[in-house]
Amino acid sequence: MSTSTLEAVTRGRRRRRLRRRTVLAVAGVAVAVMAALSLMIGQTFYPPGDVLRVILGETVPGASFTVGELRLPRTVLALITGLCFGMGGVTFQTMMRNPLASPDIIGISSAASAAAAFAIIVLGLGETGVSVFAIVAALGVAVVIYVLSFKDGVAGARLVLIGIGIAAMLNSVTSYVLNQAGQWDLQAATRWLNGSLNGSTWDEVAPVLVALAVFGPVLLAQARNLTMLQLGDDTAAALGTRLERTRLISIVAAVGLIAFATSATGPIAFVAFLAGPIAARLVGPGGSLLVPSALAGALLVLVADFLGQFAFDTRFPVGVITGVLGAPYLIFLLVRTNRAGGAL
Amino acid sequence: MTTDHSLAVESLTVGYGDRAVIESLDLPVPPGRITAIVGANACGKSTLLRSMSRLLAPKAGHVLLDGREVHRMPAKELARTLGLLPQSPIAPEGITVADLVGRGRNPHQRLLSRWSRDDDRAVAAALDATHTAELADRAVDELSGGQRQRVWIAMALAQQTELLLLDEPTTFLDVSHQVEVLDLLTDLNAARGTTIVMVLHDLNMAARYADHLIALAGGGLHAAGTPAEVLTEQCVRAVFGLDSQVITDPVSGRPLMLPIGRHHVVATA
Repeated sequence: MSTSTLEAVTRGRRRRRLRRRTVLAVAGVAVAVMAALSLMIGQTFYPPGDVLRVILGETVPGASFTVGELRLPRTVLALITGLCFGMGGVTFQTMMRNPLASPDIIGISSAASAAAAFAIIVLGLGETGVSVFAIVAALGVAVVIYVLSFKDGVAGARLVLIGIGIAAMLNSVTSYVLNQAGQWDLQAATRWLNGSLNGSTWDEVAPVLVALAVFGPVLLAQARNLTMLQLGDDTAAALGTRLERTRLISIVAAVGLIAFATSATGPIAFVAFLAGPIAARLVGPGGSLLVPSALAGALLVLVADFLGQFAFDTRFPVGVITGVLGAPYLIFLLVRTNRAGGAL
Repeated sequence: MTTDHSLAVESLTVGYGDRAVIESLDLPVPPGRITAIVGANACGKSTLLRSMSRLLAPKAGHVLLDGREVHRMPAKELARTLGLLPQSPIAPEGITVADLVGRGRNPHQRLLSRWSRDDDRAVAAALDATHTAELADRAVDELSGGQRQRVWIAMALAQQTELLLLDEPTTFLDVSHQVEVLDLLTDLNAARGTTIVMVLHDLNMAARYADHLIALAGGGLHAAGTPAEVLTEQCVRAVFGLDSQVITDPVSGRPLMLPIGRHHVVATA
């Protein structure tokens, strides 16, 4: 081995690591700034000092209610559901080696959403019951999609097409349930159809926070195994990756993140789908995308909710804004794969 | 460094679903040598290789590495001794050569361990050995077929295993790149004593580069031995159903098979 090669290898690795760290730092700061802005800005503006004092538990006239009871749960929920959607989405995309295999496209978010709407409207369950119901339904649907698309291994294209069909069926279940609820108001309906952060409460924050604390570290422990899966099953196995174990743990953890987040906010359109590709573009190829995607997801939800509340004359739910952002990218992906020869 | 790891296949039956592709096969792999597996399409060459590297569990029988069953060994421990380059590995979009070769270090890394100086050294050595150092920062998807194959071999080298299995490493390569890849594997075998087992499509390349030739037919062993022992007109007829003439290759002194088809035959042997 020549020393010049060794130097080149070390230099290249350091350069990639520097890029990754820079992107992560910038994204982290951007998330913090967006969160701070969404706490400060609203019908009444509160300076950072007031916001900080509320967070630290002091009583500030006016701000204690507006920031502490209204804005803070909303911002925290936006932040953590964004982390959940981003991390859960990129796990599926990496595992299936296909950006279209994101849980909000292949029906997993739809399952959580339909189950949550059903549990609340028809069964009248509380927060915990709804979350459990949503995760069981989402896992069940994940298994169904996996089994239906299994034929000598799971091929990406078949999984995506079957998933899209199942998503359509589940979305009609959600619509039907909403129709059955006579006096159900529009705000709740948009939550289960598009995803919304309106009327967020601490009761909704708690289960998502627990899910993130449990499933997040589980997924992070699989980060390297997930990047190995990108090489194809045979190569990954030849390099010492345990395929079935990695897949099982990753699917359960990713579905858990998606289901808990969805049962709190509804399926915020395309966040899971967009976060991974955005993160990949920013940090460059090679490393694990779990943390960058989580940050991208949080940033997407925070920015979209901010725009939805203040950028237009009418207030739009966050899912409408992310939907507008995500749809063109979906079309772009479909056009590109079509040109590349038809295989999804 | 010489290898004395022994790899052996004992009464192995393996296949997909209910169908057995290989039935009760016994096969020792000579340590420190280059072994080539040849046979007709769908005779189980790749299946055998996949089974030897534990990608496919046997229905009956064993694959033994130093007397231990490979399908019971911890995944990473096995991957530090036995490497496999599959037929069509997938390069993640946009990944650089150095990064891809670095993936070969996976079995040497633990959950929380950081990238070490040894990892860098192994990657650099693998790049040098495969003459891909100047490509280190290029994206794998931009490379030509021959360059890409050398990069995949570099990844397998970075794994630093004493046994290396390769499934048709020369497919899709033009003749000069085929020779280049096989020369490279021969260098590796000579310099480090790495035991190499490869599936090859081209009988004449197999006869030229292998020390030990294994001919499979109908899911079982047809013949095994030196190329001169195995590559005979009778063998070609039995394994491929093809008439041929086998002469001595004036370049290598190894057997050279000339197929006899229905056309363009000027003189019968």
